[in-house]
Amino acid sequence: MSGPSTYEPKTGIERWLDTRLPIIRFGADLMSFPTPRNLNYWYTFGGILAVCLGIQILSGIILAMHYDPSGAGAFLSVEQSIMRDVNFGWLIRGIHANGASMFFVAVYLHMARGLYYGSYKAPREILWLLGCVIYVLMMATAFMGYVLPWGQMSFWGAKVITSLLGALPVVGQPLTTLLWGGFSVDSPTLNRFFSLHYLLPFIIAAVVVLHVWALHVPGNNNPTGVNVQSKADTLPFSPYYTVKDAFAIMVFFLLFAVFVFFLPQALGDVQNYTQANPLVTPNPIVPEWYLLPFYAILRAIPDKLMGVLGLAGALAMLFALPWLDRSPIRSMRYRPTYRIFFAVWVVSVLALGWCGSQEPQGQVIPGVTTFNLIDFDLNSVTWLSRISALYYFAYFLAITPFIHRWEKTRPVPDSLYTPVLKHPVPAAAALSAAE
Amino acid sequence: MADTIASAASVPGSGHDHGAGAPSRRDFIYIATGAVAAAGAVAVAWPLIDQLNPAADTLALATLEYDLSKVALGQEVTIAWRKQPVFIRHRTPKETAEAVADDHAPMKDPATDASRTKPGHEEWLICLASCTHLGCIPTFAQGEYGGWLCPCHGSVYDTAGRIRKGPAPKNLYLMPYAFLSDTKIKIG
Repeated sequence: MSGPSTYEPKTGIERWLDTRLPIIRFGADLMSFPTPRNLNYWYTFGGILAVCLGIQILSGIILAMHYDPSGAGAFLSVEQSIMRDVNFGWLIRGIHANGASMFFVAVYLHMARGLYYGSYKAPREILWLLGCVIYVLMMATAFMGYVLPWGQMSFWGAKVITSLLGALPVVGQPLTTLLWGGFSVDSPTLNRFFSLHYLLPFIIAAVVVLHVWALHVPGNNNPTGVNVQSKADTLPFSPYYTVKDAFAIMVFFLLFAVFVFFLPQALGDVQNYTQANPLVTPNPIVPEWYLLPFYAILRAIPDKLMGVLGLAGALAMLFALPWLDRSPIRSMRYRPTYRIFFAVWVVSVLALGWCGSQEPQGQVIPGVTTFNLIDFDLNSVTWLSRISALYYFAYFLAITPFIHRWEKTRPVPDSLYTPVLKHPVPAAAALSAAE
Repeated sequence: MADTIASAASVPGSGHDHGAGAPSRRDFIYIATGAVAAAGAVAVAWPLIDQLNPAADTLALATLEYDLSKVALGQEVTIAWRKQPVFIRHRTPKETAEAVADDHAPMKDPATDASRTKPGHEEWLICLASCTHLGCIPTFAQGEYGGWLCPCHGSVYDTAGRIRKGPAPKNLYLMPYAFLSDTKIKIG
């Protein structure tokens, strides 16, 4: 779909440059890229995410100029220096810390969009896999970034997450010591996390380049999931989608600004205002919101190694999805049954997220006590996690691979144009408006 | 070797993989170069990985002496050894008796109370204070076995620090220590 380049150098300098480094041609081809004309606002999160990455890198580079990555100095350099003394330090840190949450809001909506419209299916498997790689790198980066303020939750979050590796047989313990650079999470750990936290965003940026490249070979999917058949099905990326993306980015900035200026601590944890203390564990330990569903899966399984494997398996499901879904129909618009299972899956992920934020023995329905089963009362957060985790995996392993054999699907339109023409607006008017 | 040279010469420009499949001197050079490069890569990788391991100054903090007279009967202190939290628990006779009574109860990581204390000093339980699940510090006097409850994921340990319930796979780890006198220990 990328097709031959339509760029024609106009000035002498452009012609001269075009035969030496065709960088203007490269940019012009990106801007004129033929894009399906029916993309809705769910398709603006790619652009939003690119902006998020840019904001995180810019604000992060600035914060690194004022940050002291040592066990003795980190907490003060953040809470005193950056938050109180550095000019606008509070603002830049507010943008960076809340920016991480905004980044995850956008990435989860972007992924949900891909799941719903079947954007992971052939010929876009590599595009999807690269997206999954970016997601894993994002989680690693965010986790290490959260350690840097060196508060209690930073420290104990780091201890719990790095101890996950210790569950691996034989190599687990040496690997954890290697990661810590000591016998526990300590100053050497903080220092190397800072180094990696600075590095990983640039690796993410490189994978984003591959992600966009992999997008530009088959071209965008669209809400119908029907392939683009001719040039008439597409619009040039600019100005049509640059403007649409820009509008969505502005709306997204409104949400962002609400958090930065009015709720700067809403997504944080008060425990992180106490300096890291290796001799006191805060109670309870809760990871940042965007990791809660995985944390709940980890806790739901009453065995250390299996819990860690369950956590890793939940991620592996996303990677395997292009080969688990055997239906020839991409978009869930035409798969009403599968769509219900998907909606329940979204609910199960939200339920896991809630469970991750609660204490394991807490009651789901207050005041009701039933009976104990595998260490926990049936009316407990742990059992809700277990049921939700079971559905999470069943969705990928028991429903997705087999549902196409019996599900009743709606007729898929001949072209991505057809559903638009069925709207009450007279077809001719719609056509001429779209031209 | 002579016929190899001859065959190499008969196919100009293709040093390897030529008709007869006979290895040429160029194949040998390729393999030798590759082998040296691979060995070199491993040799360079080793220091790059090993630098992550604990540095000499971290390892130097290996031993610690502690005066037990500071810990009253029934009291517990948490001290840091090699930056790791360590429990020093002065057990009451009741706690010790409970631990001994449970010696043969079904357990995930079976151990007798005697194997977890020093002979003649059974009132002292000295072990790492990190939950063997994911490293949090358990809280004493909680959970149903009179010992510790880990606040993070609900592992329950008894008064001998043995895992009785929850996701932790092992008893609280013991570390090497010795009684220098009745009131002084050396850890490490």
